[in-house]
Order: sequence, then C-alpha cells, then structure tokens
Amino acid sequence: MTATVSFRPDVIVIGGGLHGCSAALHLSMRGVRVLVLEKDHVARHASGVNAGGVRQLGRHVAEVPLSVASMALWHRIGDLVDDDCGFESHGQIKVAESEAELETVRARVAELNALGFTHEEVVGQDELRALVPAIADHCVGALVSRGDGAAIPFRTTFAFRRKAIALGARFQEGGTVTRLARKNSLWSVETADGNRFEAPVVVNAAGAWADRIAAQVGEPVPLEVIAPMLMITARVAPFIKPVVGATGRTLSFKQFPNGTVLIGGGLLGRAVRDENRTELDFSQVSVNARTVWDLFPCMRGATIVRSWAGIEARMPDQIPVIGPSGTEPDLYHSFGFSAHGFQLGPIVGRITADLITGGSTDLPIAPFSIGRFAA
Amino acid sequence: MSAPNPKVDFDIAVVGSGPAGLAAAALAASKGASVVLLDEQAEPGGQIYRAVTETPVRDRKVLGPDYWHGAELLGPLRDSGAVHWPGTTVWSVARPREDAPDGHRPLQIGLSRNGAAAMLTVRHVILATGALERPFPIPGWTLPGVLGAGAAQVLLKTSGLVPAGATVMAGSGPLLWLLAWQYLQAGARIDAILDTTPKENWRAALPLLPGFLRSPYLGKGMKLMLDVRRKLTVIGNVTALRAEGDGALKSVVYTRNGTEHRLPADTLLLHQGVVPNLNLANATGCAQRWDGQQRCWRPTTDAWGATSVEGVSLAGDGAGIGGARAAEEAGRLAALDALHRLGRIGREQRDQAAAPFRAALDRALTGRAFLDTLYTPAEAFRVPADDTIVCRCEEITAGAVREAVRLGCSGPNQAKSFLRCGMGPCQGRLCGPTVTEVIAAERGVSPAEVGYYRLRPPVKPITLAELAALPKTDADIDAVFKH
Repeated sequence: MTATVSFRPDVIVIGGGLHGCSAALHLSMRGVRVLVLEKDHVARHASGVNAGGVRQLGRHVAEVPLSVASMALWHRIGDLVDDDCGFESHGQIKVAESEAELETVRARVAELNALGFTHEEVVGQDELRALVPAIADHCVGALVSRGDGAAIPFRTTFAFRRKAIALGARFQEGGTVTRLARKNSLWSVETADGNRFEAPVVVNAAGAWADRIAAQVGEPVPLEVIAPMLMITARVAPFIKPVVGATGRTLSFKQFPNGTVLIGGGLLGRAVRDENRTELDFSQVSVNARTVWDLFPCMRGATIVRSWAGIEARMPDQIPVIGPSGTEPDLYHSFGFSAHGFQLGPIVGRITADLITGGSTDLPIAPFSIGRFAA
Repeated sequence: MSAPNPKVDFDIAVVGSGPAGLAAAALAASKGASVVLLDEQAEPGGQIYRAVTETPVRDRKVLGPDYWHGAELLGPLRDSGAVHWPGTTVWSVARPREDAPDGHRPLQIGLSRNGAAAMLTVRHVILATGALERPFPIPGWTLPGVLGAGAAQVLLKTSGLVPAGATVMAGSGPLLWLLAWQYLQAGARIDAILDTTPKENWRAALPLLPGFLRSPYLGKGMKLMLDVRRKLTVIGNVTALRAEGDGALKSVVYTRNGTEHRLPADTLLLHQGVVPNLNLANATGCAQRWDGQQRCWRPTTDAWGATSVEGVSLAGDGAGIGGARAAEEAGRLAALDALHRLGRIGREQRDQAAAPFRAALDRALTGRAFLDTLYTPAEAFRVPADDTIVCRCEEITAGAVREAVRLGCSGPNQAKSFLRCGMGPCQGRLCGPTVTEVIAAERGVSPAEVGYYRLRPPVKPITLAELAALPKTDADIDAVFKH
C-alpha cells in the first residue's frame, strides 16, 4: 500500500469523529505522525449531526472534572483549531417544573459543591424568567451552568480535522477497518477497501462501531447502538439565548442565530449500523414535541421542517470508555460517550495524547477504564 | 376508516392525485383492493391537471385539449370505490422495520389532515409525487417578480391569473412553449421569449429525431411552437441571463452572440425543464441513481415501478420524467404489481392485464430521448457562477459551495452540514440538483459519485402542535434516554 510506503504513522486512529479528530490533533501538535482511518467520511455520524450542546450541566460526577477542563478549551477553541466552531456561550439551563424537581436540582448542586465544583447553581422563578422569558408559567426554577453553550458539530469536527491535517496528520476515508492485529510491537490494520496500514500505536475512537475493534483484541464491551433523534423548526424571531433542558423530562432546546430552533434531548429512533441508517420513531418525536408544547407556549405554532437521528454508542453505565486497553499494550480506547460526548471532545483527545506520549494524564480517568466490563 | 384487517387501515395508499396517482388508485380499487388516495390539493389533478374540476378558465381552447384529458381520469376514480382524501399532506413514509414481531411489516404513513397529524397503516404505497421545475439559478432569481413558468401556469389554471405589465419568459423546454401558447390564447402580454436552448444540443439531438417523428406529441408540439413563434418575439441562442432590480424585478439582462442586451420587465418566468420530485421517496430510503441524459436524480425502479424498499413503488414523473400520458400508464402498471404483491391477482393475470398499458407507455415515451437531449439545459444555467445564490432558503452561493469543496466537503451531505445549504424548509427542492452539479464540476467527477442529500421526514413542514398531538402508541418509556 502506497500510504504506508510514503507515510509511516506513529499512531493509527480508528474513527474520524470528533474524538478521533481531537486525538489526531493533539498528537499532531506534539509532532506525532498520525493516520486517521474513517470508514465513511469525517463527522458522518454522531459527531456531525448531534445537537451541538457544549454542556457541563447535569453530567455524571465522574465526567465533571473532564468536562470542566474541556470547557476551558472550548472558551479558547479558536486558539486550538483556528475556527470558532460556531461556539457561543449563553449558558445551559435545566428547568424544574415542580417543587420536587427543584429539590432534586438543589441536592445536585450540594453534591457538586461538596466535590469542589461550583459551575452549577440553582435559580428561582424570577431569575429563570429573566434568563428565559418564554418559559411556561408553571416552571418554578432551574439548574444553571452559565459558562455552557453550544457549537456547530460538523463544523467543529471538520475544524479539528483541518488543523490536524495542517500539522501533518493524514486521513484515509472510505474504508472500514476489518482486521486489527499486533505483531513484533507493530499493529497491522486492514480495511475493507483492501488497504493495510501499520503503526506502533492504535487509538480506538470508532464510536458506535468501537465494540468491534475492542472485540478483535479480546475485550468485548456491552456497547449499545442507539439513534438519538433531533428535529428543527423553520425560522422564528429570536427569543432565547441559553440552551434549555428539563429536570423531569428529556429535552434539549436551542435557537440558532438564524432563528431556527433545534429540539432534541435523546429520545431514540432505531439505528441500523451496518447500513449507516436510522429510522425515526414518530411516537417518540411526538413526546419531544409535547414537552416543547408544555414548556414553550410560544412554539406551538412553529413548523417542524426536518427531523433526523445519528448513530451513537451507549454504555450500560452511561459513561464512556477512555484509556489503555486491558488486553494489549499500545492500544487506547476513546468511545461510548453515550450521547453526550461532544463537549468532551477537546479534552479527551488531549488525554489520549497524554497517555500515548507521556504514559499518564493529570485528569481522573479511572472510572472510564474498559476493565469495568471485564468478565 | 374501515378496513377488513384490524392491523391496516388500507391495502394501498396512493400519494398524489396527478395522472399516475389517479390511474393507479382507480385501477387498484376497481379490482377490489381498499385504496386511499392522499393529496395535498383540494381537488384531484396534480399539477398537470391542476383544478381540472373547478378552473375558472372555462374557454377550453386556452388550456388546450391535453389539459382537459385530465377530466377523463376522474370518472373511473369515482366509480372505483377508492377513498379520496384531498387536503392531506403526507410528510413521512416509514419503511418496514426488520425487527417487527411476527414478520408483519405494514408501512406507516405520517400525514396531516384537517389540521391534525396521524399515522396511517397500509400494506403498500404507490408514490405518485410527480415533477418539480428544475432549479434555474441565475443572478437575481430570488427577486420578487421572478418565478417559475410552472408556478405561473398553476396560477392560470387555478385562478385564471396572467402576469400584468412587461413579461419576459426565458429558458427552454416544452412547458415554456406550452405556457406561452396558453398565455396567447388567454390574451396575456408577453414581451419576449429568451430561448436558452444551446445550439449544440441540436447536433446531439438530431440522431434521435427519427424516434421523435413517431411521437404522438410531434404534431401538437410543432403547431404550438410555430404559433408562438409567429405571434411573439423569440430571441434564440441566449447564453447568459440575469434579473436586475432594487427590491423587485426591473429588467432582464441577456447575452446573445457575446453581446449584452437589456429588457425592461415586471415579470420574468423561468423554466428549464422538470425533474422528479423525489423527496418523499428519498426520505423513505428508496435507492436513487443519476440519470445522465435527463441530468437529474431518479429513484431506482423496476419495470413495475417497484423501488428498493419493499412495499413502496413509484409511478409517473416522480420516477423519471416521461410526461402525463406516460405517468397514467405507469400508474396502472404500479397498481397491477401492487395487486399482485398483495396476493389479489396472480403473476400471469398481472402480466396479461399489463400488456395494453405497457404498449401505451412505450408509445407515450416515444421521442422522449430527443426532447431530453434537445432541452438539456446549458451548463452555465446548471452550474452557475460563484456569486449566484443556489440555496434560496439559506442564501448560499455557488461560490460558497465551491469553497466548501476546497475545504474537503466531497458531496451534498457534507456541504449541507457545513453550509446549511438544503437545510431549509424546501429540503433541497430548489438547490439539490444544482449543488450536486456544482460539487461534481468542482471535483471533476460525475454527479453520480458525489451523491445527493439524504432527506429526512417530515418532507413537508408540520406544526409542532400537530406533532405533539400525534396519537401515541405504547411509547417505550425505557427508551427515553436521560442524561
């Protein structure tokens, strides 16, 4: 294969989603030669079509340190990738629709404060109204993370790819990895289009297909392939800045600068991963629409112009797999972000680069070890 | 809704009541299948026979005999027992789910009717979604006063309206001549017709002329064209066009033999042929292919109109442009095949019944290759210059699409994610063919290689309120993903 003759990578990254591109970028920044193998094209699946939420709010406590560190990168994302990625920070808000829900979010803040994190706060009804004038009257308060925001997913992933390429990374798109084997300290990676590539180190950032890579090295994982659904409205006059979710229901609600409103939150369609295809479940889309109907009365007459779903990996405990393989040296995993990996993209790529170039990272990744699924 | 099988509402749903849909529904229902004909308009007829039951244009010679043929399709529909639901918008057809228990896989149609959304369950769907005008992206085509000739023709059929003030028609293709002729009959003012048919097309089309000479349309088409040419100013060999005006159209600038000319105009009617309206088929997951002769995408179908999705077939211009008479016959063939697939008629019975329809279809398609070749739009009007808007919804220029290609976008889907082109309410109806060709030209590859938008339902906008009120099945609450 000519690619291996002319270019001998130090690291092969499997998967051209945001996590693969971020790992490629951070490695390239350190002078590591990276080859990214993407079975379709960069950002084809979850990385290109997700809701774009850049959110620390409401995360699993194990993810909070990573999320906070990633947020710092997001706020200077232009320095990292030479593109602002459409990132805007107007905060994220999780509304409480009852006193009981308000109690839940108060307990959440107390838990975070005890761990030393202060980015989330509870606001009462008046401040909620000030932040989101359009919110329905019955909402009594909210959990708020003011530094949060949203970005444009495809543009973001593309920007990571472009910067990585500018720093010397190579991308090979259109060939699914079919075989992964290690011999004499060298990984050999074969793709369905008949190519074979070699490198001392491999990163598995294959998203909803990552379990197949892991299985090849004898560490099967209980990865579930899911298809979170989103829908978007025709343009309406700008009326909201923050991204809004709900405490007791599934929702992600955001207005773009052009006036269109994105509605999602993780209600699921059905993924057919071998065909790169998703099927929408309109009974579930309807549940999502009903939530908006309840929380944003001004949206009842809005028109929905499109809905879609992306193919994503979900782990049983809803947190990703990050870190070295438990069975093979020189193999690192970064997958299973369970429909909330977009915000973590910038930092997890750095963590992976830390592990590869320095053998350790200063962030607590023990909870994400693939070993938790070992028999 | 009454249905023999509690699991399905109808055996067959036909989407669209143009010639293909009318003929398909009438034939299928006449053979005993329960059939529902779903259509957006208040009256049957589709675009070609739009308002054929109620047009205010009562002088038959204005719209011509081909238009009035549409009325003949209505009697059989009425007598067939098919249920006709006018005013119904179909926004989704879901392909069968492989994991359904007991292997029973009816199709689900998402529709809006009387302000409410609902899911309809049927065994077979015949999509008869017809054609759309091919986008005609020129500088200024978004100005008020510039519209498609097809849209103008709809106004004539439905309301008897013709443009007021200085009117220029520009482009190529049979519909342009037909509309000009209809306007002449209606006494409308037309200042000029700017013919953009490329000179070299004649050379390419000439070998196909013998086929066209056997076409039933030849005589009518020639007479109509001669009529128009005798009575109107027709300016040929136009190689560039732009619409100018400040907030509204004021003039049309065209290039002929390398020289620019300017015509004052209040209305500019553009047309350069029609392409299949494939949005619903595409969103349903039907495979499609690039048709190099018609320079458009068309869903892949077999000789009966069956698509790659089980239980979904296509009839009429939505499967490839063939005209109204061909659509009618294709509708009948699709209906026979659906009846066969549903077990109502045997294969032999289907094939026997199909023979006259197939012969009529062949006759109707005679000469089509000549027309396709002669009226292939010039590259300049399919692949516009950088400053021309291609996506009207998001105001994306051809130059922006080319820049995205240079940054690594290899096809319309990447360009869509990157630029938002094709993401607006029209879902690519007004930019899809252009974006495909601009990307292909920029990359130096065939349009087949760059692909087309993956379209998603709802293919027609529905309100949030309708969607929120959608009758629920036992929603699998466990599937609700909380984070």
